[in-house]
Amino acid sequence: MRIQAEHLSYVYNEKSPFAARALNDVTLTVEEGEFFGIIGHTGSGKSTFIQHLNGLIRIPSSLKKRKKYKSDTVLRVGDFDLASPKTDFRALRRSVGMVFQYPEYQLFAETVFDDVAFGYKNFAAEKPRKEELEDAVRSAIEMVGLDYAAVNDLSPFDLSGGQKRRAAIAGVIVTKPEVLVLDEPAAGLDPLGKQEIMQLLHRIHREWCKTVIIVSHDMDEISENCTRAAVFSEGTVKYVLPPAELFVHTDELRELGLDIPLTAKICEALRRRGIEISCDFTADDLVRKLLARREGIC
Amino acid sequence: MLKDVSFGQYYPVDSFVHRLDPRLKIVFLIAYIVALFVASNFYGLAVCAAVLLFAIICSHVPFGKVFRAVKGVLFLVIFTAVLNIFFYNGDAVYWNAPAVLWEWHFLRVTQAGIVFSVFLVIRLVLLVTCSSMLTYTTTPVSLTDGIESLLTPLKWIRFPVHELALIMSIALRFIPILMDETERIMNAQKARGAMLDSGGLGKRIKAVIPVIMPLLLSALRRADELGDAMDARCYMGGKTRTKYKKLTFTWRDLIVFLLLAAMIAGVVVLRIYLGAPL
Amino acid sequence: MKAVEFRDVSFSYGEGTFAIKNLNFSVEEGEFVAVLGHNGSGKSTLARLCNGLLVPDAGSIRVFDLPVGDKTLYDVRKRVGIVFQNPDNQTVASIVEDDVAFGAENIGLTREEIGRRIDFALHAVGMEEYRNATVARLSGGQKQRVAIAGVLALGPKMMILDESTAMLDPRGRREIMQVVKRLNEEEGITVLLITHFMEEALLASRAIVMNGGEIVMLGTPNEIFEKREELVKYRLALPRISRICSRLREGGMPVEYTLDYEILAEEIAKCVSKPSI
Repeated sequence: MRIQAEHLSYVYNEKSPFAARALNDVTLTVEEGEFFGIIGHTGSGKSTFIQHLNGLIRIPSSLKKRKKYKSDTVLRVGDFDLASPKTDFRALRRSVGMVFQYPEYQLFAETVFDDVAFGYKNFAAEKPRKEELEDAVRSAIEMVGLDYAAVNDLSPFDLSGGQKRRAAIAGVIVTKPEVLVLDEPAAGLDPLGKQEIMQLLHRIHREWCKTVIIVSHDMDEISENCTRAAVFSEGTVKYVLPPAELFVHTDELRELGLDIPLTAKICEALRRRGIEISCDFTADDLVRKLLARREGIC
Repeated sequence: MLKDVSFGQYYPVDSFVHRLDPRLKIVFLIAYIVALFVASNFYGLAVCAAVLLFAIICSHVPFGKVFRAVKGVLFLVIFTAVLNIFFYNGDAVYWNAPAVLWEWHFLRVTQAGIVFSVFLVIRLVLLVTCSSMLTYTTTPVSLTDGIESLLTPLKWIRFPVHELALIMSIALRFIPILMDETERIMNAQKARGAMLDSGGLGKRIKAVIPVIMPLLLSALRRADELGDAMDARCYMGGKTRTKYKKLTFTWRDLIVFLLLAAMIAGVVVLRIYLGAPL
Repeated sequence: MKAVEFRDVSFSYGEGTFAIKNLNFSVEEGEFVAVLGHNGSGKSTLARLCNGLLVPDAGSIRVFDLPVGDKTLYDVRKRVGIVFQNPDNQTVASIVEDDVAFGAENIGLTREEIGRRIDFALHAVGMEEYRNATVARLSGGQKQRVAIAGVLALGPKMMILDESTAMLDPRGRREIMQVVKRLNEEEGITVLLITHFMEEALLASRAIVMNGGEIVMLGTPNEIFEKREELVKYRLALPRISRICSRLREGGMPVEYTLDYEILAEEIAKCVSKPSI
């Protein structure tokens, strides 16, 4: 499913002294099949944007309220027109899975099985047969790299930190959404845990969810994993580029208070020493290009 | 974003009223409520209304804000008024018409009933306005400080004044956090297809479990961590504790105190000399 | 003087396995020591033992020559402060100033002294402008700086940071690390930094790696990061830059192991051809 937003704006707490413009004329397209990154500070509008994608924040449909949206506002996710009041939001949420920050804090059921099954049962048109439910839950739990037989009867609160997060992700992908959106999926994990989660997301992207969107502060994570990334700042989109082109703008990114990936820092330091390296800012590519330029045995 | 709304009560400007000692404002509210009930006629209420009007002007809180507080209890006010119009019986005559204006079975509209209803409505509106003025002009923190200070004498009967105040201030600190958290959990479960706002009562009660459970667990976890953080900062109860912020009574407070005394005296005098016209 | 000294300390949460096993270690006054370890390696337990939030099952702990025990808790905690992980769960009051005052009030200081301590603490963490701000409206990094100020107001000689940067974004993390380094260098406060970010451990003069409740590695950060195979064994991911170094070496470019990208660039510059202009 292609995601297409045009001239999307949003204001929180309108008419109160705390009114805050969270999105200002955002235009952004995410193609089907992408592993898309969203970068920005807290308050840059990125959370507001992703919550639009499955209708948790809606474009008000009444005419009176519509004035604050420019009339040319477009928000489409596949065939769903989110600007239309007739949208079937249940069907939309089934196709657009959303994993919030620290998803382990939304676990609630007595067993891991029940927790993962929760979403499946909610979205099923009629009560699913036992075998069908078990099949879906088993494959979701196995997909996130947990041992079904070992965990399905456990309380989710008895799992370790990393396992809890996996279980929570299983609870979202159990309906095999076409688009999976994750807000800071690796936050708070130790470095190895972070690497494992990113590997898991690639696996989900390959096998289950055609489009994956991650929100991240970690520029290395973005440069290593994403096909393209959007930079949000103060409610607007500053850049939408593949990492190879995005992280060339080191000064501009720093001005926005954002970090740049380690590979870009190394390239920058080399450039100051008179060495131009153009790479796509993945460690693989940088190492390959450096080795290709190796001279003698120094 | 819920957290922004929850502190909407306090109206952040700097004014004479905002700077008053919170203890005085609390005492003022209590005295004001007493005065409203001592007042037995419209003259007494007029005195009270005048004082409150003066306070509102001094506080720089816009009238629109003040009326919004009244709007919140409008239903209650109308309900009380209607009830009294139909059920209050009295044979006093206030204007040139029969005492009983209309009658149907047990329902009866009398002149006295109408007058009494109006009286009650004014009393209620003044009461609500005065209470909301307290929260508009006093931050939750200084309100807590004020209550703690006023309750200090209760320490003699071993009432845990300090602990109560601490609980209140921690609650104030965590309300916005937990509201935010509720919103986040609700969103997360909605994204998993939870139907939180449809279906019958039974269905809805069942539907809140996925929200309440994580919220409870989170509150417990936070309480646990906060306890550790307080321990680590040498918290050992109220005994050896000192207080950084001292509430001080200034000339402003003295003026208001005198005004309050004058108002009560006025209301009492009016009650004695003019009696109850009702 | 030793800031902290553990002698044969063991601790268990009562599940049969030891969270801390027969631990001996000490930190000198004024030192900056980093404690590394994966989740569940016992490093947070270590922090809580230092100021009596947990009591050891066996062995003894001394803090600035004071044995840690029920009777000395108050004095121990005045000397050793802890900053925890979650920025939202450490503040008691809604207003910055009131929260910083909390600890100072607990130890019964006079009003004037508390005022001075707040001035000092907020200045030390660079939050003077936010004295009357509402805590809820601050960023994560700012909240953690307030938490540090709250500990500083007690006048501690040592500060433990128990994964205090884990929930922050890179900017907040940088803010905290700058503050901590300055406190160590300028105020002479002993720092025990518990973290799983290797980059942060670089600021320390000494680093400890924990695994299964035991100290398994000990040395300067650079010494530790050179033993890459060992680190991986203890579930610690190498910093990204170390991985780039290794791969360059494997490819035949003899760069030194370093954690500073400027130094790495210098090393690389020696080995690659400059385009002839």
